[in-house]
Amino acid sequence: MESCAQTKKYAAKDYKSDLKPIWCPGCGDYTVLNAITRALAELALPPEEVAVVSGIGCSSRIPAYTSVYGFHGVHGRALPVATGLKLARPELTVLVTGGDGDGFSIGGNHFLHACRRNVDLTYIVMDNQVYGMTKGQASPTTAPDWEGSKLTPEGTGINPFQPLVVGLASGANFVARVSSSDPVNMAKIIVEAIRHPGFSLVQVLSPCVTFRPEQAEWRDIVRTAVVDVTDDAARAARRLMTDDGFNVGKVLYKGSRPPFRPEFENTNGSVAELEARFAL
Amino acid sequence: MLKQTEGSRAVAEAVAMCRPEVICAYPISPQTHIVEALGEMVKDGTLSPCEFINVESEFAAMSVAIGSSAAGARSYTATASQGLLFMAEAVYNASGLGLPIVMTVANRAIGAPINIWNDHSDALSQRDSGWLQLFAETNQEALDLHIQAFRLAEELSLPVMVCMDGFILTHAYERVDMPTQAQVDAYLPKYVPRQMLDPGEPVSIGAMVGPEAFMEVRYLAHAKQMEALELIPSYAAEFKSVFGRDSGGLTHTYRTEDAETIIVAMGSVLGTIKDVIDEMREEGHKIGVLGITLFRPFPLARVRESLQGAKRVVVLEKSMAVGLGGILSTNVRMALSGLHMHGYTVIAGLGGRAITKKSLHGLFRQAEQDALEPLTFLDLDWNMVNKQLEREKAHRRSGPVAENLLRDVGVVAARNY
Ligand SMILES: Cc1ncc(C[n+]2csc(CCOP(=O)(O)OP(=O)(O)O)c2C)c(N)n1
Ligand code: SF4
Ligand SMILES: [Mg+2]
Repeated sequence: MESCAQTKKYAAKDYKSDLKPIWCPGCGDYTVLNAITRALAELALPPEEVAVVSGIGCSSRIPAYTSVYGFHGVHGRALPVATGLKLARPELTVLVTGGDGDGFSIGGNHFLHACRRNVDLTYIVMDNQVYGMTKGQASPTTAPDWEGSKLTPEGTGINPFQPLVVGLASGANFVARVSSSDPVNMAKIIVEAIRHPGFSLVQVLSPCVTFRPEQAEWRDIVRTAVVDVTDDAARAARRLMTDDGFNVGKVLYKGSRPPFRPEFENTNGSVAELEARFAL
Repeated sequence: MLKQTEGSRAVAEAVAMCRPEVICAYPISPQTHIVEALGEMVKDGTLSPCEFINVESEFAAMSVAIGSSAAGARSYTATASQGLLFMAEAVYNASGLGLPIVMTVANRAIGAPINIWNDHSDALSQRDSGWLQLFAETNQEALDLHIQAFRLAEELSLPVMVCMDGFILTHAYERVDMPTQAQVDAYLPKYVPRQMLDPGEPVSIGAMVGPEAFMEVRYLAHAKQMEALELIPSYAAEFKSVFGRDSGGLTHTYRTEDAETIIVAMGSVLGTIKDVIDEMREEGHKIGVLGITLFRPFPLARVRESLQGAKRVVVLEKSMAVGLGGILSTNVRMALSGLHMHGYTVIAGLGGRAITKKSLHGLFRQAEQDALEPLTFLDLDWNMVNKQLEREKAHRRSGPVAENLLRDVGVVAARNY
């Protein structure tokens, strides 16, 4: 059936729900929501063919603010839920949204295996280097000397997690870093991420103005990365390991590994035919 | 020393006076203030020596505590709700191994639907985990119970969970009598582990046990808990002699002497219940309350003894055994087996639903008439329930229940999960 969806035009607002976000004024996540809805409009995807899955955190509220299928699960489990969803309904476009805590601390193990498995998902991580929702504790991406949380009395003192490098090493098929201060470009990159087959990882520098007020400066610090996309994961990882984390706005890696997908066969035939096929 | 302080802060200060050597934590409301206060004390040197570890999940928190406890260090952590469930495998591991970890549970509902407010579903889900479980009525008792908990845990070589109502206690500013360090040192001896990883005398902890001895190991876990029934009253008495106040113990009765109706409950709701009982006593009602301080091991004999003179028992609990009724009430019924009396289970306050004096007055009066349903849900909105049931009858695809009900009442969910 030729759907009229292919010709129908959508606007970003068609993907927004009527719930008003309760993020703090100035939170980076507002523009991420805008960019996601713009990207969906650009792709002209009918809302009922898109699902957004999240865990728990300020950033994990995105599903409630969209009009597409939404799933708000438990803390850290967004990726396996999305994997199940995509495998059961491969025709859906599945986005996973969440934070650095949800994705890299309590859900860190799933992150590694989602990259390895390379299911056709787009994972958008709003990285603010803090647990915003629980009022400001250090996350895996927090700098070791940040002393803003009482749970890390002397700073974490440990090496920050490098999501994109780890993602590349684990098999992510598409890697990009963007800034929430440039929603137009972010939307373009999300479009590419969705189009690219396999597991696409988009790290968004998305300030938490309440518990990391100094991150308001990010908009002035970020610069457009001067590298072109590569299909060489080692090269992309080397670049990322030597930059300061503020080179944004570009797709850094596009791989060509085929996505994980179960072999489906249409079963239009009768039960008797099926039985005959499996008979010994 | 008397001071006005937040429940979380009071507990943190009491824990610090117990000189824990390792604290690990992952934040979750409403536990966060407790561990943040401890982190602060480590930073400013009030709590030293102490290793404070910010871990990547509750599963890691309990696992780190298991490691440090196995190495012979006094170990502490705290959590709530989803966090307790997430660490469940390690919770069982800690008790199975007999490691005397102390953990605060800032009681909060469990999801789905996600809810940050108070009830007892989290702690009670772990009732068979092999941990001792103490429930605090007030902030004073919460801080006192922590001091007793370390003593108990280390004497028995079993982990202890101290449960305090999330927000209602953790976030309430109340006057408490803070003990001095000297008092705590006098009460709580230095930790001498029964088992520890010691290169001088190498052992391996965590053996695989087959059918030849598994039952016996598990029986011993039960026998140890039974020992706690003896120890706890004596520790509470000793506590009184050092600190000068009654705190802890197995249970507390209030105005039950000649009571025909006895309410049974746990935690902070006991305060509201006592107020209602005072008011009803003024009017001549013969009513009293039994507060359960020790939920595991469950003090069967004491509960029976306290209730056997009554005509009826109303167990009011902030938890539910879905498909059965109550959890606390099932335990109370076990204590009353063979006795002839009316028994009522009242599920109340789930997910932070307020338990008001007004509702309790109505409820207790109904109980006195024996006009209560055996299983009652206090202040349940039947309109809301019936609307959803009708929706389910009318449409096969009736949609997610929680979202439907929220839409019906026109409310949007809360923050700070
Ligand atoms: C099992 C469990 N542990 C802890 C929490 C409390 N919690 C909720 S969100 C969160 C961290 C959120 O951080 P992040 O994913 O970075 O999201 P942000 O709020 O910064 O967007 C924590 C610890 C929880 N809900 N469940
Ligand atoms: S706390 Fe931080 S991350 Fe959460 S809504 Fe506010 S600014 Fe955003
Ligand atoms: Mg974050």
